[in-house]
Amino acid sequence: MLLKIEKRPEASQLMVYATPIFALILTILTGSFLFHFLGVDPVEGLRNFFIKPIDNTYGATELLVKATPLILCAIGLSVGFRANVWNIGAEGQLTMGAIFGGGVFVYFHDVDSVFLLPMMIVMGAIGGALWAAIPAFLKTRFNANEILTSLMLVYVALLVLSLLVHGSWRDPDGFNFPESRLFSDSATMPILIEGTRLHFGTIIALFAVLGTWIMLSKTLIGFQVKVIGAAPKAGGYAGFSQKKIIWFSLLFGGAMAGLAGVSEVSGPVGQLLPSISPGYGFTAIIVAFLGRLHPVGIIFAGLLMALTYLGGETAQINLGLPVAVTGVFQGMVLFYLLACDVLVNFRIRFTLFGRAAS
Amino acid sequence: MNFKTVAVLVGAAAIVGGIAYWGQDLLKGDVASTDENKIGFVYVGPIGDHGWSYRHDVGRLAVEKEFGSKVKTTYVESVKEGPDSERVIRQLAADGHKIIFTTSFGFMNPTLKVAKQFPNVKFEHATGYKRGDNVSTYSSRFYEGRYVIGKIAGKMTKTNIIGYVGSFPIPEVVRGINAVALAARSVNPNIQIKVAWVNTWYDPGKEGDAAKALIDQGADIIMQHTDSPAPLQVAESRGVWAVGQASDMSQFAPKAQLTAIIDDWDGYYVARAKAALDGSWTSTDTWGGFKSGMVKLAPYNAAIPADVVKLAKETQAAIENGSLKPFAGPFNKQDGTQAVAAGSELEDGVLLGMDWYVEGIQGKLPK
Repeated sequence: MLLKIEKRPEASQLMVYATPIFALILTILTGSFLFHFLGVDPVEGLRNFFIKPIDNTYGATELLVKATPLILCAIGLSVGFRANVWNIGAEGQLTMGAIFGGGVFVYFHDVDSVFLLPMMIVMGAIGGALWAAIPAFLKTRFNANEILTSLMLVYVALLVLSLLVHGSWRDPDGFNFPESRLFSDSATMPILIEGTRLHFGTIIALFAVLGTWIMLSKTLIGFQVKVIGAAPKAGGYAGFSQKKIIWFSLLFGGAMAGLAGVSEVSGPVGQLLPSISPGYGFTAIIVAFLGRLHPVGIIFAGLLMALTYLGGETAQINLGLPVAVTGVFQGMVLFYLLACDVLVNFRIRFTLFGRAAS
Repeated sequence: MNFKTVAVLVGAAAIVGGIAYWGQDLLKGDVASTDENKIGFVYVGPIGDHGWSYRHDVGRLAVEKEFGSKVKTTYVESVKEGPDSERVIRQLAADGHKIIFTTSFGFMNPTLKVAKQFPNVKFEHATGYKRGDNVSTYSSRFYEGRYVIGKIAGKMTKTNIIGYVGSFPIPEVVRGINAVALAARSVNPNIQIKVAWVNTWYDPGKEGDAAKALIDQGADIIMQHTDSPAPLQVAESRGVWAVGQASDMSQFAPKAQLTAIIDDWDGYYVARAKAALDGSWTSTDTWGGFKSGMVKLAPYNAAIPADVVKLAKETQAAIENGSLKPFAGPFNKQDGTQAVAAGSELEDGVLLGMDWYVEGIQGKLPK
């Protein structure tokens, strides 16, 4: 008997919904083996990973807190990915957004005004967009590969932040440790539920998703993004400008990542630090594809990704599993989800030797 | 509807049913007992770093050994400084841990935030400067150990260049570099220190590269303020000396390691856990060195000449009995202006905020 993978004539609608279930089953099966092998009750292991982290109000809000920057970055990246613009540098744009937004506070730290936070948010988006404008310029002017330029600019942005918090933006009362002042109340995202860390940034993320959805499905620019991505030549014949789309998708992605940056520093972080993101901008690339580049999918993917982080921590605390094991489990979940997606466009056929010709 | 679609649907239905059935088990409530004495530890690196986090975990095991079944310890490793650490610390507190040790500087503000929400839980934050009613701080005077290795390095170097792999230019690290420079130049005034900053606590690749670059620039002794043994391994393969960090790293560099500065948290952790359990815990600020046993040195490399070992031991003894203060004057800042006059020494407050180099260190301190 032969196993053959062949392309479907068209994507299977059934599989679009069935593959996440396949992935879930495979995860549960392999996870059970993994936990059993490590001497942990599989049911207890899975419960600690997927249910315990969010079986209380605080845990559920933490899931949203963790997912917010992932969703913001991913939604911005998804627009570019649809248009075949490969912005890998969301982490740098996020950092630049945090610098621009946080910088507003550093310079106006003694101002107590309701306009401070809105100004920080706007500057955060501008900062991210400006950072993404560099690869956009290099791509459209010199045809430089945006994968490389956007990625390299991540490291530049991280060093700029490091320079600022080690230098002129350092907290004058902070024993020369590299951190800015703690943000004042008027520079901090309002908390949505008292006693949790759920903050206004999550609302921004939801509006960003909604706005992107409308933009992609209802506006001309959204249509152009999709056409240029799917069939660049057809887009060209229709008079759509490739350069315009490159600029648009990079600026949009940068602005969203910048929003994520400012929402982190004026939200859960509460100050500028040498390192403000544990790689959200990179993880968002996975989130974008896990969500199949669709706004609603990205929300689910962001929540799932956040859950694997929370679950990893819970498993460490309650089951005493080392961090490496939780990393293996996270990787397994993502691998199965992405691998099963193959079934949307391909099908597996079992053929006997004799019948192969049919 | 063809056969395959039906098969897929039936399969899916069976699975959903199975999950729902199994889910009852998954959703059942917690049965953890609340009367056990739980003690939590939060590490910035993996416990397998053979350095900083590893030594804190050794301290945790000492607590387990001391109290046996009376306590249950929990640790979370590789916790990112920043918002993630706040969630982890909070989860430990909410889970009924009586005392929680947060072992990296970047956990300071998260620890304080959580401590406010859990006034009955005791918190111990390493290397920070903010305290509260239920938050103590503790650290070690590692610079005392660095002063001794500075003396050894001053005697052992042939090129008169010491290479130093720095993590972040924070006072803790700058203080260590300065202590080495003062000690090394007290035995050999021609010594220069070259510093390579890697902007990480734990990244074997970057640490190793920095060590290679320093050796290429003439350093024949490698010191480090990062947590992995990578710089020692580089030193071993390039045939130069090195000094271990946080724990005895001679297994990675049996020929190269002169000695190692060992962090010993065992005694402190046992004492603090005991205080938390018997109710005598109060918020304190501890900064212990050789004398309190929190800083130790690994056995000296057999290749070190006897007179150098003697000098090192005398230096350590003098620091221990207080007759030698590493930061006693006179000495100059990097630019040649006097930092401390003869007969006086730097106060702890100045040491805690040290952001300038002493004479003999090359390059500019990143600011």
